[in-house]
Amino acid sequence: MTAESKPETKPEMKSDILDEIDSKLKGVITDSKVQRERRLVITIDGKDIVKVCQTLFDMGFDHLSNISGVEYEDRFESVYHIWSYSNKNLVTVKAVLPKKEPEKQPEIDSVTSIWRSANWHERETYDLMGIRYKGHPNLTRILNPDDFEGHPLRKSFKLVENPWYDEK
Amino acid sequence: MGVKLPNVITTSLDKLIFNWARMRSMWPMTFGLACCAIEMMATGASRFDTFERFGMLFRASPRQSDLMIVAGTLTKKMAPNVRRLYEQMPEPKYVIAMGECAICGGPFYDSYSVVDGVDRIIPVDVHIPGCPPRPEALIYGILKLQEKVLKGEIERYRK
Repeated sequence: MTAESKPETKPEMKSDILDEIDSKLKGVITDSKVQRERRLVITIDGKDIVKVCQTLFDMGFDHLSNISGVEYEDRFESVYHIWSYSNKNLVTVKAVLPKKEPEKQPEIDSVTSIWRSANWHERETYDLMGIRYKGHPNLTRILNPDDFEGHPLRKSFKLVENPWYDEK
Repeated sequence: MGVKLPNVITTSLDKLIFNWARMRSMWPMTFGLACCAIEMMATGASRFDTFERFGMLFRASPRQSDLMIVAGTLTKKMAPNVRRLYEQMPEPKYVIAMGECAICGGPFYDSYSVVDGVDRIIPVDVHIPGCPPRPEALIYGILKLQEKVLKGEIERYRK
């Protein structure tokens, strides 16, 4: 979606919060976009996630709204929606995890030490997308049964043809 | 009582009376899985008032229930628990599969997490189609089940 086809999004739009994040995290943010007022999207490398999240938490982003996983052709992304109750700002942090070996689970540091609500969000993303969160206190499946095989939202996931309850 | 009836008459009378009694006071389990459970509650609420009129009463324990209305989507994670609840119910016990999800998986057919039909894990006496079924459909299904119970045509020995 370019600026010409959608004039209401202005990539050059300035944001105080982006300037503040930029000044605190020099060289960490690889890409940023101001969607509209008080809505910000930043892209970072996966290894910087705890540093970025701690900085945001110290700036008053006290609520981790959501963690989700996205699979692309060449990479995984762990997406964090972080909300500030006091300033009413929403920052979307996209942590890029390169897909080097397709069979291996990508790894990223857990942010449960910053927001405790990340516990279940990370378990869900691990369950459905197979992103492994290092340092998570209990990284087990949350939605699917414990003996489930594979991660169902992966593009490589294949539905098992003979389900478990037919094997008697 | 000095008179002793011949056994054959006593037995069939027993069956008739017991089946009639079971049919008229069938206690379902308080158990709902998804949106069909809302429709099941509406069936019991004031507009239709079905369960009270039919002598039915929702019991909160499977050990005091005769009927299990599987109302909603059965996920694979829930399946062992439903099976356990069914096994905890005392005989005689009956099962109604309410809605498309309980019959065959419904809109979640071919999903990775949904059991395609509750009759994969427990024997079902009456299937009620609909997504969700109207309360009238549930009433009709209960009446059909009562017919089966009166005739003794239950399916718990299947498989």
